[in-house]
Amino acid sequence: MKFTWFNLMPWPYLPDDFREKNRSVWVDIDQRLFDPVKSHEVYNTYMDLLEYAGGLGFDGIGVNEHHQNGYGMMPSPNLIAAALARRTRDVALVVLGNSIALYNPPIRVAEEFAMLDCISGGRLVAGFPVGTSMDTNFCYGQIPSLTREKYQEAHDLILRAWTERDIFAFNGRYNKLRHVNIWPRPIQEPHPPIHIPGGGSVETYDFCIDNTYSYSYLSFTGYIRAKALMQGYWDRVAARNAPDTSPYRAGFAQTVCVAETDAEAERLYWPHVSYFYNRCLHVYAGFADAPGYRTIKTIQSGALSQYAPARASFSKLTWKDLTEQGHVIAGSPETVRQRMEELIKGLHVGNIFCLMHVGDMPTEKCMYSTKLFAEKVMPKLRDMFPEFADDSRFWCKPLDKRVKAGSLPAEPRRAALPVEA
Amino acid sequence: MELKTVRAPRVAVRYFEGGEGAPLVFLHSAGGVTAEDPLLNALAANYHVYAPLLPGYGDSEEAPEIRDMLDFTLHFWDVVDALKLEDPILVGHSMGGMIAAEMAALQPNDVSRLVLICPAGLWDDKHPVPDIFSLLPYEMPHYLYHDAEAGAATLTAGRALDDPAFLQAFLVTNARQLGMAGRILFPIPERGLATRLYRIKAKTLLIWGDSDRLVPPPYAHRFKEGIRGSRLVSIPEAGHMVTTEKTARVVEAIGSFVSA
Repeated sequence: MKFTWFNLMPWPYLPDDFREKNRSVWVDIDQRLFDPVKSHEVYNTYMDLLEYAGGLGFDGIGVNEHHQNGYGMMPSPNLIAAALARRTRDVALVVLGNSIALYNPPIRVAEEFAMLDCISGGRLVAGFPVGTSMDTNFCYGQIPSLTREKYQEAHDLILRAWTERDIFAFNGRYNKLRHVNIWPRPIQEPHPPIHIPGGGSVETYDFCIDNTYSYSYLSFTGYIRAKALMQGYWDRVAARNAPDTSPYRAGFAQTVCVAETDAEAERLYWPHVSYFYNRCLHVYAGFADAPGYRTIKTIQSGALSQYAPARASFSKLTWKDLTEQGHVIAGSPETVRQRMEELIKGLHVGNIFCLMHVGDMPTEKCMYSTKLFAEKVMPKLRDMFPEFADDSRFWCKPLDKRVKAGSLPAEPRRAALPVEA
Repeated sequence: MELKTVRAPRVAVRYFEGGEGAPLVFLHSAGGVTAEDPLLNALAANYHVYAPLLPGYGDSEEAPEIRDMLDFTLHFWDVVDALKLEDPILVGHSMGGMIAAEMAALQPNDVSRLVLICPAGLWDDKHPVPDIFSLLPYEMPHYLYHDAEAGAATLTAGRALDDPAFLQAFLVTNARQLGMAGRILFPIPERGLATRLYRIKAKTLLIWGDSDRLVPPPYAHRFKEGIRGSRLVSIPEAGHMVTTEKTARVVEAIGSFVSA
């Protein structure tokens, strides 16, 4: 199993009446609710938490990209990952990911991911989301019905830039480049492992299967509701004659909160879970799906945005609803272990993205929950898929010898200075 | 109106045809057009009306290769050619008006009479056009109609958004139609027309609803200034859907323009 500790980086100061006074946490959220001075501490605390998790035995620490979003303060996950690369040693840097249709030209992503891989000594896991309609269409102005074509072209360009050793010209529809020759290129050969976040598009299933990329379902509705969607993926894996059904072909994001007892979990974490589901997921339904963003095939398969009107009713859910329906896995280490086992077996997933900082959760509670998970839950879930223990296709392969950041001597040594003749 | 098919070079095109008289090509708005459309039927009393559907609209085939403004413009010239029409009266409503204006700017010698009914295609920071792509169905009538309540009744007739089957069909239609329209309208319905308006040689009539809250009346004046010799007819108590709210006034304005 691969466990990645993920931080969405929510803004923790949304007011109590946020839902009533604002129509959306995303796209047109009130600029005045952001306080740059407060964000100084928020950013640094969130990065400290990622580093803390990196030292507790998690396989990866994860960041992602959102724009104009009150629950995701990372328009550039690469900036955060670069800082984490310097302050961590062994943990994978899971950047899930860069919305490649938004970069102009997309070799920018090839270059920045290469830099991250080089700085971190081959610890990068690269994610290529199409991006939500909120981010891609409404914030970044991409034409909905052309987004996938542009994404595809960006993908092809990045992969060629990473893997070809001779300079090439790229005459794309959206990118015309005469001299593609990225410098640096990634350490990992042929390229860093690629994870593709998806929301049920049949096209994305096939894209992952055909390219041996890991399919990640990043939902906030939990593992029980994810069953049908992930089954759809595994059905496609079978239908397209993939050579194996390795669980590492798939990943899943799950909100997890651990305490000593189930009762303590509710007492400690409910306010923050409530903050997340009530305020952070308050997205105006008109931004959920720009017409043309989702393909006809996908709409017909019934996969709608998790922000679509029919589903956007998180605010009515109680702690009992959220935990029983699996949106949130919370409780004592034993409760969490049992439910995580259900998740892992039920969805047949080898990559788990643990959403352990929830809403406006304060640092101490987050560390407490994280430590309990790392020490009392994670070890018991390690060997769920012994037959696939050797499958290294979907995870990074760091260099054996990696330098330590900050290893300069305190002072220059005089003898080493060149002497004038 | 009769629904027919004509083969254009890139795609088979569905179009409504009806009436007798001088040939008139009508280009519909992002909302599409049906056989029952009051304006088409009223125009058919005096003209031979052709109303081609943009690929993806109604039951027509999609055209993934038609991506940008030039593709749209050339496509509709291809349709005019495929219908074997010469210098038809060219009428466009909203998005259709934007396309018609582009056609007249691209081939100024092939259009002598142009009617633009509250066309899209320009942008004014002081009067931003609302983002139709993020509007929920219940929010539409306010922007489309002078009388939003009556308009809502027309728009929502037969809709039941809480029925999953209906919702799915609705979303598929939206994805096909507005997905295609978005190629020239998203996120801002402007693709450089302002820099090309000077090329239009056609005698041009602009028709605008005074209560248009989607493409508000200041745009009428921008078009009027941009197209040499153009005339503006403003219609009171009508919104963006002036075509259905004041059909008779629109037909009358077109009639006196054509015969003048």
